[in-house]
Amino acid sequence: MIEAHELTKYFNDFRAVDRVTFTVEPGTIFAILGPNGAGKTTTVRMLTSILQPTSGQARVAGYDVVKQPTEVRASVGVLTEQHGLYQRMKGIEYLDFFARIYHLPPDLRRQRPLALMEHFGLGDALDKRLGEYSKGMKQKLALVRAMLHDPPVLLLDEPTSAMDPQSAKLVRESIKDLQRDERTIAITTHNLTEAQSLADRIAVIRQGRIIANGAFKDLLQRFVGLPLMELHLTAQLNGTAAELGSLVEVVDEGDRWLRYRTPNPQEINPQVVRRLTGLGLDIVTLSEVSRTLEDVYLQIVTEDEGLEREREIQS
Amino acid sequence: MTSITNSTPIPARQLTKPGTLTAIWQTLQNALIITRREVRDSLRDWRIMAPIFLLTLIFPMLANTMTRIFTSFFETNEAEELLPALLPLMPMIVGFFPVSISLVIALETFVGEKERLSLEPLLSTPLTNTELYLGKSFAAMLPPLMASYCGIAIYMGGLILGEQQWRPELQLVIQIVLLTTVQALVMVTGSVVVSSQTTSTRAANLLSSFIIIPMSMLVMLEGVIMVQPHKRYLLWYIMLGALVTVMLLVRMGARIFNREELLGRAFDQINLKWAFRIFKDQLRGPVGDRWSVGRWYRLSVFPAVRRLSSASGVVLIVITAAFIGGWIAAGTWQIPLDDFQSKDENLLDNLQSWFELGQNNPQLIILAVLQNARVLIAATILAIFTFGVLALILVAIPFGILGFILAQVTASSLSPLPFFMAVIPHGVAEIPAILIAGAAALRLGSVVTRPPDGMTVGEAWLRALGDTVKIGIGVVLPLLLLAGVLEVTLTPRVVEFVLTH
Repeated sequence: MIEAHELTKYFNDFRAVDRVTFTVEPGTIFAILGPNGAGKTTTVRMLTSILQPTSGQARVAGYDVVKQPTEVRASVGVLTEQHGLYQRMKGIEYLDFFARIYHLPPDLRRQRPLALMEHFGLGDALDKRLGEYSKGMKQKLALVRAMLHDPPVLLLDEPTSAMDPQSAKLVRESIKDLQRDERTIAITTHNLTEAQSLADRIAVIRQGRIIANGAFKDLLQRFVGLPLMELHLTAQLNGTAAELGSLVEVVDEGDRWLRYRTPNPQEINPQVVRRLTGLGLDIVTLSEVSRTLEDVYLQIVTEDEGLEREREIQS
Repeated sequence: MTSITNSTPIPARQLTKPGTLTAIWQTLQNALIITRREVRDSLRDWRIMAPIFLLTLIFPMLANTMTRIFTSFFETNEAEELLPALLPLMPMIVGFFPVSISLVIALETFVGEKERLSLEPLLSTPLTNTELYLGKSFAAMLPPLMASYCGIAIYMGGLILGEQQWRPELQLVIQIVLLTTVQALVMVTGSVVVSSQTTSTRAANLLSSFIIIPMSMLVMLEGVIMVQPHKRYLLWYIMLGALVTVMLLVRMGARIFNREELLGRAFDQINLKWAFRIFKDQLRGPVGDRWSVGRWYRLSVFPAVRRLSSASGVVLIVITAAFIGGWIAAGTWQIPLDDFQSKDENLLDNLQSWFELGQNNPQLIILAVLQNARVLIAATILAIFTFGVLALILVAIPFGILGFILAQVTASSLSPLPFFMAVIPHGVAEIPAILIAGAAALRLGSVVTRPPDGMTVGEAWLRALGDTVKIGIGVVLPLLLLAGVLEVTLTPRVVEFVLTH
């Protein structure tokens, strides 16, 4: 479990993280999104007890990040922004080095690296020097390093960056597996599709502040509005929009199509279909307009930029 | 459980109670995990191994050849007696060259890893800062030191078994080996400090000249001493001094080699605005918006003086030791004061004319204040570059002289009363001023070795500078002014009174 309360970090005069508060329950995946320099990495570093918060508290796996840094680091698996491998070492040597640091029992020190490397398709690369690994292989090895001691909490920075689609899929499935095994997972990423498909909760961080936090569905409704439906007819509309006005909020219309919003498509859509059929209109398609996390993210950031400009004008 | 989680929970790393023998043992074991990896990495790096190999094998052989040529030259010119003095010089140089590589490895292992971004995964592990520090320091030191010992052994083996049939004293061999070891320690601990304060190997290499230049000069000094067999005992003192430096650097390195310093420092940049704000805040203190002299003294100056308690204790011990040292030295270098008195019957007249001069020239007060202020400012500046050590020495010298003179006076038939009266009237203000200023300078110089928790070295130093300036203006200067007035107006009269009654 991760609990951060009013976590703040200053570097001299620069406020990198500003009163960040969130909770991640075991068995959930939490995605932290934000522009470059927003404070994501600093937040992760504070949660790993690498950096000390200027103020605020955080507990990771039940340990206080300031008072019990060693315990925190022993309970966390971290995939850093840069994989940072030692180029002259062999894959197996590298993992053995970290296994020793984590004090893995001798049998596990031999078995676990092999099992994880096999799982991620690196079984043939155990004896290769890391300098010979491809970018994707390096990223996967760094992920293996983070999972080596089977930590209850994983903090993963861009877990699938530099990976081919097949490897990225494998890594995403592995993260889902970890979630099923009740691991607490926080990922920071710029890959919004990945965040949407993986995360149970999403936080958007900008200029050190969390400006939005919630499940994708909730964020969607809050920032992009009610579900948007698109209807295509065989004939011209000729006042059909006005006929539907009592049922739905029509937001846009063309010659033979219209778009409307409704809070409850399951209940309203059949009524819309019945009414149009009653009017003798033939429906070609009725579908929900797909809205992605990208739409939500851009809306959140744009709104916050607007608020910031207002604050600047006022001050 | 899935294939990537373990079927049974992996036991978390066991932590032991800090300070226990088990904890120390565990710290060493963990440090050695780092050392093993780093040494193995160094052994695989031909850029490190090639010079070490050359300096270990080729250079001692070249040095042997050189020594044979010199020996032949000395013998040709009938100066064979000089050879025993000159022969020990070369093993030290043979040992120093490989050891100097420890500096390169240390810079590489600390700042190089930071630059290659491979440090963060290591910092994310449960290893403590001490374990990382020790592990990397051992790794930087071991290969060059081993190479150095090998080089010395090859060179000396050549001389001992070769045609020179040199038979060095055991003490000399021990001195050479220990000096080489201590030099490696200074370079590694120094480079850790340098590495922690920089973010690029380029900057670290530039800063490392602060280590390699003094070390080269030290080796030259050692060379000068070594060719004079009767002065070789001085090498033990150099070793002691170097060990003290190592201790200070270890203290500083262990303190600043921490995750916050290593990753919190994104790039080397001078932030003058921030520095000025910190300095100004400290100078002003927590007086709020209602600034007044009274509030400033109560809330800012006096708390700053209280912060000097431990530094004042050190200064007090050092000046007391200097006074006693001066007293003891008087036994060795005696001045015949009785003869001096009988020869100079105009002593009182001379003193009186000086007193009158002072009374007629109030400018002397300014001169007295300026003289004291100048010395204390010099001590403060020197403290910055010497972890406070030279400030201590400069402040202690007058007390050593006082002890020396008092011992001379008591050893003669003279009364010590005029001596006391020449010191005490203005000393009541001057001695506390010196004590406080010395303590502030010591703190300013030494704060970098152990900045307070949660503070960077830069911030700790700027705050100590703010305190020093504040104490200088608020306490030391007024005390020196008072001492100056007393020294020119009161002390001469008191001395005159004592001498004439």
